[in-house]
Amino acid sequence: MKFLCVACDQQMTFEERALPGDGTLAATFKCPKCGRVVAMLTNPMETQLVASLGVEIGGRTVPAQPLETVRKMVTTGRDDAFEDGKRETGNVGWSLDAQERLARVPNFVRGMVKRIYIDYARERGISEITPAIMDSARSELGLEGM
Amino acid sequence: MRIRTYHELTEADRSGLPEQIGAQRRRVAERLAGVKRIVAVMSGKGGVGKSYVTAHVARALARTGRAVGVLDADLNGPTIPRLLSLPAFQIPHPEGAVTPAVSAEGVRCISMALLLEDGAPLEFKGPSAESFVWRGAMEAAALREFLGDVAWGTLDILLLDLPPGMQRYVELCDILGGAPEVLTVTIPTPESRDAVRRAMRTALDRGSRLVGIVENMVGREFAGTAADDLAKEFAIPVLARVPWHPTPDTWSALGSRL
Repeated sequence: MKFLCVACDQQMTFEERALPGDGTLAATFKCPKCGRVVAMLTNPMETQLVASLGVEIGGRTVPAQPLETVRKMVTTGRDDAFEDGKRETGNVGWSLDAQERLARVPNFVRGMVKRIYIDYARERGISEITPAIMDSARSELGLEGM
Repeated sequence: MRIRTYHELTEADRSGLPEQIGAQRRRVAERLAGVKRIVAVMSGKGGVGKSYVTAHVARALARTGRAVGVLDADLNGPTIPRLLSLPAFQIPHPEGAVTPAVSAEGVRCISMALLLEDGAPLEFKGPSAESFVWRGAMEAAALREFLGDVAWGTLDILLLDLPPGMQRYVELCDILGGAPEVLTVTIPTPESRDAVRRAMRTALDRGSRLVGIVENMVGREFAGTAADDLAKEFAIPVLARVPWHPTPDTWSALGSRL
C-alpha cells in the first residue's frame, strides 16, 4: 500500500511503526512537501496478514532470521526444537535482570531473540545487556512482536 | 481532481515491500541452486500413501548413493520423520540456515514434526476469529521458509511430500516461481482416479512435467484400474504398482525409474 497527499500530489513517506501489543499495528506517514502526517491503523486481522507475508512495514531493521516466521508465530513449538545459541558473544554480557527477562521468552524463539540482542549490543559497543538495552533494541529494531 | 494510481506512485518507499518479497524469492532460489531436481509427490486424494511412497523412494535413492532431501510439506499432518526413522534431533542453533535432520541412509529432511510438541497441532499466534483469512498465508510462509532457510546443500533430488488437495501445490509453484516436476500417487479405485485426475490437470495447467504414476495398495480390497486409466489419459508411465507388503526391491525399482 502507498499513501498519497492529495493536496500536494506527493507520495507520503514512512515515518514510524508501533505494535501496541493488542494485535494491532500503527504506522505513520508524512508528506515530504507539506509535512502533513497520517496514521494507518490496522486491525488484528490485517496485522496478521502482513505478518504472514514475512515483511516489515517501514522496512527490515534486522536481517531475516532462519525460520523467522515459524519461530515467531507458531505457538505449539517444542521447547527443545532448537539448540540455544552458543554463538561467540564477544565481550557482551547479560545482567541478571536481563537474563531473567530473556528466560521468560519461549524457548522456541529464544535463541533467535538472544542473537538479535547480542548483535545489537556488539554493533553499538555495549558490553552488558540490561533490561533498558533490551527496551531500546525492541523500540529501535521494531521487535515489539517478539 | 485526478488522483494518481498505485503504479503511478514511483517515489522511493522506505517499506520496500516489493523488494522484501523479491529478497524472499531470491533467498529460495539461492538456497535451491544446488538442487538438481525438485519433485512434488502429490495426489489430490487423501490416504493413498503419498508420504509412505515419498519416504521409501527417498531411502531407496539414498542407498544408491544419490543425495536426497525430503521436505515434508504436510504441515498439519507431518509423518515423514517417523517414516524415515529419523533419530531424535535438536536443530543446531541456526547461523544463516537451519541444518536438516538426516536419516540413517543419508536422507536430509525438514518437517513440522521436528518442531512441534508431541501430539500438538500446528497453531499460530493471531486472532482466532476468521482465522481462515490468514492461516493459509501463514502456512505458505512456513513452506517458503522450509525451502529457503534450510541448508539443503547439493542434492540430486528434493522430494516434496504434499498434503491432500491442490492448495499446497499452488503455493509451491508461486514460491518457486515455476512448476516442479510431479510424481502422482493413487490407489486403484475409480474414486481415487477421479480425484487424482483433477490434481494432475491442475499440475499440467501450471506447467509441471508429470513424471509418472505410482499405484499404491494394489492387490487386495481396492479394486480398479486408476493407474492405467490415468497413464493412458495423460500419456505418462505407471512407474510402480506397490503391493500391500512391498519389498526393498519395489522401492529400488521405482527409484531407478524416476
